[in-house]
Amino acid sequence: MSIKVENLTHIYAEGLPHQQVAIEDISFEIEDGSFVGIIGHTGSGKSTLVQHLPGLLKPNSGSIIIDGEDITKKEGSLTEIRRKTGLVFQYPEYQLFEETVAKDVAFGPLNLGVSMEEAERRVGEALKQVGMDVKLVGDVSPFELSGGEKRRVAIAGVMAMEPEVLILDEPTAGLDPKGHHDILELVEKIHKAKGGITILVSHNMADIVNYADKVLVIEKGKLVMEGTPLEIFKREDELIKMDLDIPPAAELIRTLRERGLKIKGNPMSVKEAVSAIYEAIKP
Amino acid sequence: MIRDITLGQYFPGESGIHRLDPRVKIVMALTYIVALFLVKDFWGFFFAVLVLSIIIKASGVPLKFIIRGLKPIFIIIIFTFTVNMFMIGGEVLWQWKFLHITREGLFIAVFMAIRLILLIIGSSLLTLTTKPIHLTDGIESLLKPLTVFKVPAHELAMMMTIALRFIPTLLEETDKIMKAQMARGADFESGNVIRRAKSLIPLLVPLFISAFRIAQDLAMAMEARCYRGGKHRTRMNAIRIRKGDYVAVFLLILFVVIIVAEPSIKGLLV
Ligand SMILES: Nc1ncnc2c1ncn2[C@@H]1O[C@H](COP(=O)(O)OP(=O)(O)O)[C@@H](O)[C@H]1O
Ligand SMILES: [Mg+2]
Repeated sequence: MSIKVENLTHIYAEGLPHQQVAIEDISFEIEDGSFVGIIGHTGSGKSTLVQHLPGLLKPNSGSIIIDGEDITKKEGSLTEIRRKTGLVFQYPEYQLFEETVAKDVAFGPLNLGVSMEEAERRVGEALKQVGMDVKLVGDVSPFELSGGEKRRVAIAGVMAMEPEVLILDEPTAGLDPKGHHDILELVEKIHKAKGGITILVSHNMADIVNYADKVLVIEKGKLVMEGTPLEIFKREDELIKMDLDIPPAAELIRTLRERGLKIKGNPMSVKEAVSAIYEAIKP
Repeated sequence: MIRDITLGQYFPGESGIHRLDPRVKIVMALTYIVALFLVKDFWGFFFAVLVLSIIIKASGVPLKFIIRGLKPIFIIIIFTFTVNMFMIGGEVLWQWKFLHITREGLFIAVFMAIRLILLIIGSSLLTLTTKPIHLTDGIESLLKPLTVFKVPAHELAMMMTIALRFIPTLLEETDKIMKAQMARGADFESGNVIRRAKSLIPLLVPLFISAFRIAQDLAMAMEARCYRGGKHRTRMNAIRIRKGDYVAVFLLILFVVIIVAEPSIKGLLV
């Protein structure tokens, strides 16, 4: 499993007065097993970019090569590509429609043509992966669940297709701090359990820093930075110039340094920051 | 894809047509539509096309944009054309088994198709050059006299404003839900009629829920800002008749006179 994106450009409403170049000349590669974070402001083109990977949008130019096959040139059914690359949309709870949770989660696998028994097995498995029990919620209407639970069900709906690439577009948007934290933990757990590629889209650096092996920073439709979280944070000043939030711990270290405290290294998590500060002020 | 529909869309601009009083534009559009049903011969249509072309040119809306708006109704045009062509009796031009095309049928079919196209372009030109908010202000103002007969002019106008305002939002929502379900392997394009109708359920259920949610939020927001209908409500931008509007009304009257008098003018010339 590998993804290679080359010179991808997408223009909405081309030729109309409200034409909009959403992404421009984006190229990158993702290796098997990696956890990739995509960050950028609202409107920078993150959603547009990830919707190309399962072939939901066609680029104006450029190519997307998944496992050696250029999916932008593919004719006919894209079902197989959509099975391989599962995309969880932003606010995925708005796509729920079935009478029961179990039926809704089974929608994806049944579209792929798996048997009833296999679908049932996958529903149980997927719900378990998002921390829910099919015996408890299987027969409940999805509309009776809480916001956070609905979102988990929606994520399970994509997981049940057993994708090799799991893409989550701002999965924490609109959740309270606890729900936010829980979803991120969940995503990491899922990534470790299933292997393959996970892509997490966020406008918040702090969400990604603890989990990602690789970070892509998108600004006004262009890929402006690419690297490990550490490499990205070395360019802190540029991030701040782009008005992107840096993790609170990194922000604290930065402010302390400005005030003259000599802190070594590049601590990003709270834990690392605590020990770095302790080292610096130790008598 | 679904966002390409231009019917009912506003095309921003600063042309003289854009700046006309919305009431004048509404009356112009209605008059034009009525006039289309008065014309019966080639020269009448020629004149109607000519007038519309001049207005389009003056409005600065690209022709490509207007034609694009015709696409969704193309099937209806083809359908009426075919029905008219085969169904009307008269001098037979062509025959094959029970199908026949007559001279009269062909004329009526062509005229009907032109009439439909002009009608759609004429009315979409109104929405293309008028901001929805001005359009509904205009409608409200034109309906005002009818409040004597208990016609709820303000409420009707407000409902239209809201409906127009939410067309793009709902299209966007449709687009998003459609993509989300396609990501789960849904197929909206293939299969027979029944399968296709069934495949719409995963789209329609979330769409209705979204629509109700949006409506409820809006109602709440309006109430929170003390909205209580039309009585004693004033406007930030009151609409006012200006010099250009008098010119437009004069040209409109001229247009009507020519359309009505056209058969007799022709009679005089021949
Ligand atoms: N379906 C669409 N039609 C037209 N323009 C769009 C559409 N979707 C997004 N855009 C525009 O493209 C740009 C990128 O949007 P998006 O990919 O949603 O950004 P992000 O996910 O980073 O917030 C924005 O300026 C947005 O207004
Ligand atoms: Mg987005």
